[in-house]
Amino acid sequence: MAIRNTDETYGSLTVVIHWAVALVVFGLFGIGLWMVDLNYYSTWYHKAPALHKGVGILLALIMVFRFFWRWLNPTPKPEPGQQAWEIKAAEAVHRLLYVLIFTVLVSGYLISTADGKPVDVFGIFSVPAILSGLPSQEDVAGQVHLVLAVSLIGLAVFHAAAAIKHHVIDRDATLKRMLGKKKSGPSPQHSH
Amino acid sequence: MKIRLLTLALVAALFALPVTGPAAAADSYVIDTKGSHAFVQFRIQHLGYSWLYGRFNSFGGTFTADDDNPGNSKISVEIDTASVDSNHAERDKHLRGSDFLDVGKYPKATFVSTAVKKTGEGTGVVTGDLTLHGVTKSIDIEVKEVGRGKDPWGGYRLGLQGSTTFALKDFGITRNLGPASTHVEMILSIEGIRQ
Repeated sequence: MAIRNTDETYGSLTVVIHWAVALVVFGLFGIGLWMVDLNYYSTWYHKAPALHKGVGILLALIMVFRFFWRWLNPTPKPEPGQQAWEIKAAEAVHRLLYVLIFTVLVSGYLISTADGKPVDVFGIFSVPAILSGLPSQEDVAGQVHLVLAVSLIGLAVFHAAAAIKHHVIDRDATLKRMLGKKKSGPSPQHSH
Repeated sequence: MKIRLLTLALVAALFALPVTGPAAAADSYVIDTKGSHAFVQFRIQHLGYSWLYGRFNSFGGTFTADDDNPGNSKISVEIDTASVDSNHAERDKHLRGSDFLDVGKYPKATFVSTAVKKTGEGTGVVTGDLTLHGVTKSIDIEVKEVGRGKDPWGGYRLGLQGSTTFALKDFGITRNLGPASTHVEMILSIEGIRQ
């Protein structure tokens, strides 16, 4: 498998980033929901939010790279046999996934930096506050963060269901090519 | 001669301006939140290892001070619970939530005095109804007058300090913060401008 995308299929870097981000997003969602209900005396009371925030910042860095990688690579053409509405819907959903991930990351950052304090990433580096002191910043950012996170997970589940639909019902290569299982180039010819 | 008399009259009038009449029996004061010369603070133990201080940034109120009849004095304060500020965004967000103040349901906390008892020169106990987290209970606040008098800008001010301690669970806040943190102390510093 090539590292870069082609017109026919995704390259290996795109495939790895796609599944890694999916895992991280679902993981952060789970930790996020669990950590806010922790008892004051739980040993994870501080550890869980620290993990959630550290991984969130690292995810933001990966997403910035991913955005540029997508920009610098060809986007594989829609598989043959796609309806026009499917193609438009897919483009809209993919775009919306990017927007939702971005806004969830930013709103999370705005919670922790609302009082001007930086976000610490596993003691390795800190991200300083850029926007702080807005009225009720941590509360508004918090509500946005929760609502959009739930929306993101909902959309991701829909996105996964759509991929499965393509694989099982349409029997096309849509899912295969995000698993690196679609061969690039023209389909094999019958031998003469 | 006329001009001198006029000048003398004008000067006399100028000096006469700041003169205020004798204090009425019960004077009304507005708590000076505009100039922020009033503070509603609290402190609570952190794990039994230190004191954690915070305050409510937004509140308002009035009081009347009756020197001849201290029992007639009154105070009434309304606090915006969402203005809680303990200098930590994540902690303040938690305090505003349903585990503690639940400011969405209870955006205001109020204190209305029901009785004032003088206990000494410039000291007293103010009894009143505190409504916090939707629960109303009678509490006592130890109060001491700090000072009073004219200010340089044409006003007259009176300042008090007060403190009271109560159990969080008495007001329906049941989050377990440990055995050293069952009670919170309110620390009040109030300056009023006479109306």
